[in-house]
Amino acid sequence: MNWYDHLPALVLAVPLLGAFGAPVLGLSGRYARNAWFVLISACTAALALLLWQKASMNGVFVYVLGAESWKLALPSGMSLPIRIILEVDSFSALMAVIGSIASFAGTLFSLRFMERFSGLDKFVALYFLLTTGMLGMELTGDLFNFFVFLEIASVASFGLVAFWRDRPEAVEAGFKYMLISTVGALFVLLAVGLFYGRYNAVNMAAVGQMLHLGLPEKAALALLVAALAMKCGSVPMHMWTPDAYAEAPAGVTCLLVAVSQASLYGLFRVCFSIYGMSIGSSVVPWTIIVMGLLSMFIGVTMAVIQKDVKRLMAYHSVSQVGYILLGLGVGLLALKDAKAMADYGFTAIQGGIFHLMNYTMYKGLLFLVAGALAYAAKSRNLNELGGLAHAMPHTTFMFIIAAAAIAGLPPFNGFVSKLLIYESTFAVHPFLPVVAMVTSVLTLASFVKVFQTAFLGPRRSRLAEVEEVPGTMLLGMFSLTLVVLGLSLFPTWSMAHIIEPAAKALVDQAGYIRAVMGGGL
Amino acid sequence: MIASFPYLIVGLLFLFGLYAVVFERNLIKIAIGISVIEAATNMFLIVLGYRTGGRIPVFTLAGESKVLVLPTPQALTLTAIVIGMATTALMLSLIMVLYRHYGTLDVREIRRLRG
Repeated sequence: MNWYDHLPALVLAVPLLGAFGAPVLGLSGRYARNAWFVLISACTAALALLLWQKASMNGVFVYVLGAESWKLALPSGMSLPIRIILEVDSFSALMAVIGSIASFAGTLFSLRFMERFSGLDKFVALYFLLTTGMLGMELTGDLFNFFVFLEIASVASFGLVAFWRDRPEAVEAGFKYMLISTVGALFVLLAVGLFYGRYNAVNMAAVGQMLHLGLPEKAALALLVAALAMKCGSVPMHMWTPDAYAEAPAGVTCLLVAVSQASLYGLFRVCFSIYGMSIGSSVVPWTIIVMGLLSMFIGVTMAVIQKDVKRLMAYHSVSQVGYILLGLGVGLLALKDAKAMADYGFTAIQGGIFHLMNYTMYKGLLFLVAGALAYAAKSRNLNELGGLAHAMPHTTFMFIIAAAAIAGLPPFNGFVSKLLIYESTFAVHPFLPVVAMVTSVLTLASFVKVFQTAFLGPRRSRLAEVEEVPGTMLLGMFSLTLVVLGLSLFPTWSMAHIIEPAAKALVDQAGYIRAVMGGGL
Repeated sequence: MIASFPYLIVGLLFLFGLYAVVFERNLIKIAIGISVIEAATNMFLIVLGYRTGGRIPVFTLAGESKVLVLPTPQALTLTAIVIGMATTALMLSLIMVLYRHYGTLDVREIRRLRG
C-alpha cells in the first residue's frame, strides 16, 4: 500500500474530506476552521504538484477505482473497462496544478475577505466541493464521471455565486448561471447516453478507440461542444459570465476562472482524445475558431465601456477565453495533416495551453485585486475610485504586473503565449492574428484606463481613510504574482518542461487510448 | 417503426422543456421546464437500455429468461435523478429568495444586471 500510487484518488479525496470536515471543524471556532481551510488547500496543491511530477516522469497513467489493483484497467476476459477510471497525463495533471494553485490563492484571500460575513462553515464546504468538482473533471477518464463532477462543480458554484443572498443582484446572477448550466449539463448527459447507445461504454478511451463518425456521434459532438463552450463562457453563450464573476465573492471568482478552464479542458479532451482524427470535416475546428474570434472581440469591446471594475474584468475573461479557443481550434484544424501540424498546428496548441495557464493565473490575480479594491475602498465603481496607489502600494504593484501580463506586454508571460498564437494562426489566415492583435490593443487600453482612474490622480476625500488590505489577502495575491513572474522570467524552461509535454499528451490520442485499452496489467 | 417510438416521445418532451425554459416568463414555469428536460434525459437513458422482452438485470431474480435489460443506464439514471433532485431543490429556493427581493416571478422585471 504505497500512497504514491494512489495520488490521483488522493487529489480528489483530500478536498472532498475538506468539504465535509469544514462544518465539523467550524464547531470549534474560527481559528480551527481557518486552519483547516488553509491546510486542506495547501495539501491539495501539493498533491497536485506531485501528480504533475509523476505524470511528466511516467507519461500517461490510469487509476482504477474499486479494482483489486489500481492499474487493473481491463479485468481478465473483458473487452471493455467496466470500472470508473481516472486517467492522468501531462495535460490533465497540469490543469489540476493550475486549478489547485488558483484555489489556494483564493483560500488565502478569502480568510480575511469573508470575515465580516456569517455562514462561513458552509462557504468553506462549498469552496472545497467546487475544488473537488473542478479537479474531478480534469482527472477523470470516464464520460459519465465527467458529468457527475461537472454537476458537483456547478451546484457548488451556484451556491457560492449567490452567497451574498441579501444582495438581489447576487441571487439573480446565481439563478441565471444555474439555468444555463443545468441545461448545459443535461446536454452533456444526453451526449453520454448517445455514446453508450452506440458503443456500450462510457470510458473516454474505449469510446475513442471504437469511434466511427456517424449521425449519433455528430449529434453527441454538437451537444458537447455547445454545452462545454457555454460552461467556459465563450460567445454566444457568455451572458452568465459577467454577472456570475462580478457578483461572486472575489476569492470564489478566482476559483471560478479555474473551474471554467476545466470545462475548456473537457472540450479539448473530447475533441482531441475521443474524436481525434475522425472528427471529420473542418466544421468543428472552424466553429471553435469563429467562437474564439467572436469571444475575443465582443468580450473586449464590452469590457471597454464598463464602469464596475469586476464586470470589466469579467468581460476580459470572455475575450481571453477566445485566445485559447483560437489556439486550440487551429491545432484541431491541423490535426489531420502531419505537415500542417509540424508547421503551425503544434505551436498553436502550445500557445493555447500556455495562454490557458497564464490566463488562469493573471485573471485570478486581477479578480483578487478587484476584490481588494472593493474591500478597502468599499466600492467597485471606477467613477468613485481614484488615487489609491499611495494608500495601497502592494496591491498597485501586483495590479501592474497582472495588467501588463494580460495586455501581453513583453517580457510578461501573456506576451509569450500571445506571440505563439499570432505566429501559428497567421499560417491559416492573416485575418485571425489581426483580430487577436486588435483585441490585445483594446485590452491594454482598457487596463490603462483602470490603472489611471483607480490608482492614479488625486485621492478623493471619501477615500482618505483607505488603507492597504490585510496580510493574508496580500499573501493570496502574492502567490499568484509569484507564478506569473516565474512564467515570465523563465519562458523557455516553462515551454520545455510544462507546456510541450502537455501539448504532446493532448495530441497523442493513441497513447491516451493505449493506457486504458492496452491490456490488463 | 414501433421501436423508435419511445425516442420520438423523449425528443418531443425534451423540446417542450427547452421551449418552456426559453419562452416562459414565470420563474416557476421555467423550473418546471428544466424538470421536464431532466425527465426526458432520464427516459432517454432508460429507453436506451431496454431490450425487447428483457427482465430485470438481477441475475438471481431474472428467472428463465435469457434476455436482461442493460443495468448500466439504470445506474446512470439513478445518479442523474439524485443530481436532478438536488438541482431542483436549489433552484426553487433561489426562486424563493428572488421573489423575496423583487416581489415578482416575472423574468422581465428581474433584470438588474445588464450591459
